[in-house]
Amino acid sequence: MESGLIGSTRVVSGGLAVASLLALAACSAGSSTSPPDGTPPPSGEGSDEALVLGLVAEPASLDFTQDAGAAIPQALLVNVYEGLVKLGQDGEIEPALATEWAVSDDGLTYTFDLVENAVFTNGEPMTADDVVFSIERVQTEWAGSLARAMDVVESAEATSPTQVVVTLTQPSNNWLYNMTTRIGAIFSQSGIDDLASTPIGTGPYELAQWNRGDSIELTGNEDYWGEAPYFSEVTLRYFDDPTALNSALLTGTIDVITTVQAPEGLAQFEGNEDLQIIEGTTNGEVVLSFNHRSAPFQDLQVRQAVRQAIDRQALVDTCWAGRGELIGSMVPPTDPWYEDLTDVAPYDPDESRRLLEAAGQTDLTLRLRLPSLPYATSCGQVVASQLEDVGITIEVDTLEFPAQWLAQVFQPPNDYDMSIVAHVEPRDVPPLFGDPTYYLGYDNPEVVQQLADADAGTVDEQVTIMQDVARTLSEDAAADWLFLLPNLVVADADITGLPENAIGEALDLTLLARS
Amino acid sequence: MLLRVLVRAGVLAASLAVSSVVVFGFLAALPGDPARVALGVNATEESVAALRTEFGLDRSLGDQYVDWVGGMITGDPGRSYVSKAEIGPQLADRMQVTLWLVASATLIAVIIALPAGTLMAVRHGRRSGLLLAGLSQLGVAVPAFLAGILLITLFAVRLRWLPSGGWTPPVEDPAMFLRQLTLPALALGVVQGAVLSRYVRSAVIDVLREDYLRTARAKGLTSLRALWRHGLRNAMVPVVTVLGLQLATLLIGAVVVERVFVVPGLGKLLLDAVANRDLLLVQAVVMVLVVAVLVVNFVVDLLYAVLDPRLRHG
Repeated sequence: MESGLIGSTRVVSGGLAVASLLALAACSAGSSTSPPDGTPPPSGEGSDEALVLGLVAEPASLDFTQDAGAAIPQALLVNVYEGLVKLGQDGEIEPALATEWAVSDDGLTYTFDLVENAVFTNGEPMTADDVVFSIERVQTEWAGSLARAMDVVESAEATSPTQVVVTLTQPSNNWLYNMTTRIGAIFSQSGIDDLASTPIGTGPYELAQWNRGDSIELTGNEDYWGEAPYFSEVTLRYFDDPTALNSALLTGTIDVITTVQAPEGLAQFEGNEDLQIIEGTTNGEVVLSFNHRSAPFQDLQVRQAVRQAIDRQALVDTCWAGRGELIGSMVPPTDPWYEDLTDVAPYDPDESRRLLEAAGQTDLTLRLRLPSLPYATSCGQVVASQLEDVGITIEVDTLEFPAQWLAQVFQPPNDYDMSIVAHVEPRDVPPLFGDPTYYLGYDNPEVVQQLADADAGTVDEQVTIMQDVARTLSEDAAADWLFLLPNLVVADADITGLPENAIGEALDLTLLARS
Repeated sequence: MLLRVLVRAGVLAASLAVSSVVVFGFLAALPGDPARVALGVNATEESVAALRTEFGLDRSLGDQYVDWVGGMITGDPGRSYVSKAEIGPQLADRMQVTLWLVASATLIAVIIALPAGTLMAVRHGRRSGLLLAGLSQLGVAVPAFLAGILLITLFAVRLRWLPSGGWTPPVEDPAMFLRQLTLPALALGVVQGAVLSRYVRSAVIDVLREDYLRTARAKGLTSLRALWRHGLRNAMVPVVTVLGLQLATLLIGAVVVERVFVVPGLGKLLLDAVANRDLLLVQAVVMVLVVAVLVVNFVVDLLYAVLDPRLRHG
C-alpha cells in the first residue's frame, strides 16, 4: 500500500515505506558551522555490475513535487536528484551539491558554495540560478504540506554562478535538516516539463526506463560530477504481494528485499547461509493515539491508566513477531535527543485500575477506530483485550485506509477516542504535538513554545529542550507509543553497504557494493 | 442468420451503453472529490481547484460522461489524475500482457479439459473415470492464487526450474517470455481446465445417450470413434458456452494471478490504480474488462450458430 502524506506526517501502511526513511541523528548546523570537509564517502570502484532490489509500493508518479508518496524520494532522491546537502550514514548533514556552507552568527543567513562541474542529465550545467529556482519553486508550486518546511526561507539569491545565499525569517535548526529531504532537491530550470515520468537531476544515476507496474531501471550517469557508484545498473522491482517478494529473493530474481513486509516471514530466511538479515530501527513510531478532544481523555489519570494497562512487550510479541523496539515517547533511538523513557508508564494493571477509580471512570467505554493496515488491525486486538482486562469496555471498528480513516479520524470531526497508526516522518514531534488542530488535539502551549525554542536555539539547546519535551509528552500521557517499526532487510550475503537503521527519505544506492 | 447477428449486435451495443453508464455513475457516486483524493488531504484549495479545471471535473456530469465515452471509443481515455500519464498506451500495454496470459491459460484449459472430460464420460462409472472425476473435483476446489503459490513453491523455490514471476515481452526475449509465462498460465489454466472438464464430461455423457450415437455404436464403431464422428459437434455447444463464461472468470482470475506472479497486466494495473485512488484509471480498466466480457459473450452467441445450424434461425 501506498503511504499517504498527512499533516506533515506520513502515515504508513505495514512497515513499508519506512525503509526509505533514513534518519539518523543529524546535528543540524547551528551558528557558524562548517560541514565536515570533503567529498562524498568513497563508494568503491565503479563496476559493470547490476543490482536488483525488491521493494513494495510502486510510485504512481515520479513527481514528488506534486505527489506525496514516499516511494518516489525513496527511489530518486540522492540517486537521481541531489540536494545541496544530504543525510550521511550516521545521520550527520553531509555536503552534496554544496561543497561547503557557512551560517551567520544570528543563524539567519546560509551561504552555500556549489560544486562547479555538476551537469543535469538534460545536458544543462547546474548553476546557482537552478538552486534559487528550485528553492522558490517549493514555496510557489509544490503541493502538499511537506513544502511548508520551506516557508521559513525569506529569500534565496545567486551571488555568483557557484554561490547561493539563503536568508531565513528566523533561525531554524530544522530547515537545513529538511534540506536533506525531497524539498532540497535541485531541479533544472529547463527540465521540469514532465516530472511525472522524466526526472532530470544531477545525481549518480539517471532513469533508464520505467516499466509501469513492474520496475524502475536506473543506469549510471556518465557525466556525473562525483565518484561513480559501484553498481552501474540498478533495477528497483516492485511487489504488491509479500509472498511474491520473498520468492523472488529465494529464486535469485532479486538481490535484496529492502523492507520485509510481514516480520513473521523472516523465519524462512533464517539459517540460509547465502543470505544476510539486517535488523535495525526506523522512524516509524506506532502511536496509540488519544483524542484529547474527547471527554475521558481530558483527564490525565485516564490517559495514564490506559498507558499502564498495556503490556507492550507482550503486544509486540503477539502482533509483530517480537520485532520492534519499545520507545516510551515520540523519539526513535537514532535521534540525538533520544532517552529511554519506557519506565515512565510501565505495565501495571493494578495501578491502572486504581487510576481509573480515582478518576471516577470505573464504567468507561472507549472507541478504538483502526485504519485497515496490517499492524493496526492485529495490534489493535491486543490493545483492546489488554484494556478490557482493567475494566475498560472497548468498541473496535476498522476503517478503510486511507479514505475512510482520514475522513473520520484524521480530519475533522475527528470522530474517535483512540486509534493506532505509525508516524514515519523523521523528527515528527512538532506536527503531532505542537499543533492543537492536528487529529490528536493535544493542546499544550508550553510544549509549543519549547518546540519553537528548540528550532531557534543552538544545537546543544535543541537537544536539551527536545529531551525535555519528549519526557513531558510521556509524563503527560499525550499518547502511547506501542513500539518502533523495525527496519528489516534481507539480502544476498555478499551485498555490502546496506544501512542497519532506516534514516532519511532516500534509499542511497551509491553506498551499495558487492564484496 | 444476418438477422440474428444484427439482433445480437444490437443487444451488445445496448449492454455496452448501459454498462458504461453504470461504471461511470458508480465511480461518480463514490464519496470524495477525485481531485482531492488524487492530491491528498493536505492539498490547498487552489491546487484542488486547479486540478478540477485541468481535468474538467468542474463541468456537469453529463458533459463529463459524453467526453469520457467519446475518449474510450476513440482510444483516448485521457490522462490519469494521479500519475498525469496517458491512460491509452498503458491500457494497450497491459492488455497485451493479460491477453497472452488469458489466451495461454485458455489453451491449457482446453488441452486438459477435452481429453479428460471425454475420458471421464466414456469411462463413466468405471474406476479410471472415477479417479479422473475426483482429480477434476480437486482442481475445481483449488483457487487460482493458491495454485499459483503452490506452483511457485514447487517449481521456482524448490526445484528452481522456472522463475517465480516477472514479465518479459516476447519480442525482447522469447525464451524468457515462455519461462515466465508458464507458471501463471498453468495456475490459471489448470483450475479452469478442471472446471471445464466437468462440463465436457456431462455434455459428452448426454450426447452418448442420444439415439444417433447408439445407432453409430450399433453399426460397430467404438464409443470414442462414434463420438468423434457424430457427437463432438453436438457436445461442443454447451462446452463453448461454458468456455465463454469462463473467459470472464479467467479475466478476473488473472487479476489475482498477476498479483501473485508480479505480471504487469490489466489486473495489476487495476489493483495499483485502486491503491493509488486513481479513479479515472480504475474507470478505464473496469470498462475495458466489461467490454471484453460482453464481446466474448457476443462472439460465443454467434459461435453457437456456427456449431449448431438449428440455432441459426432461433
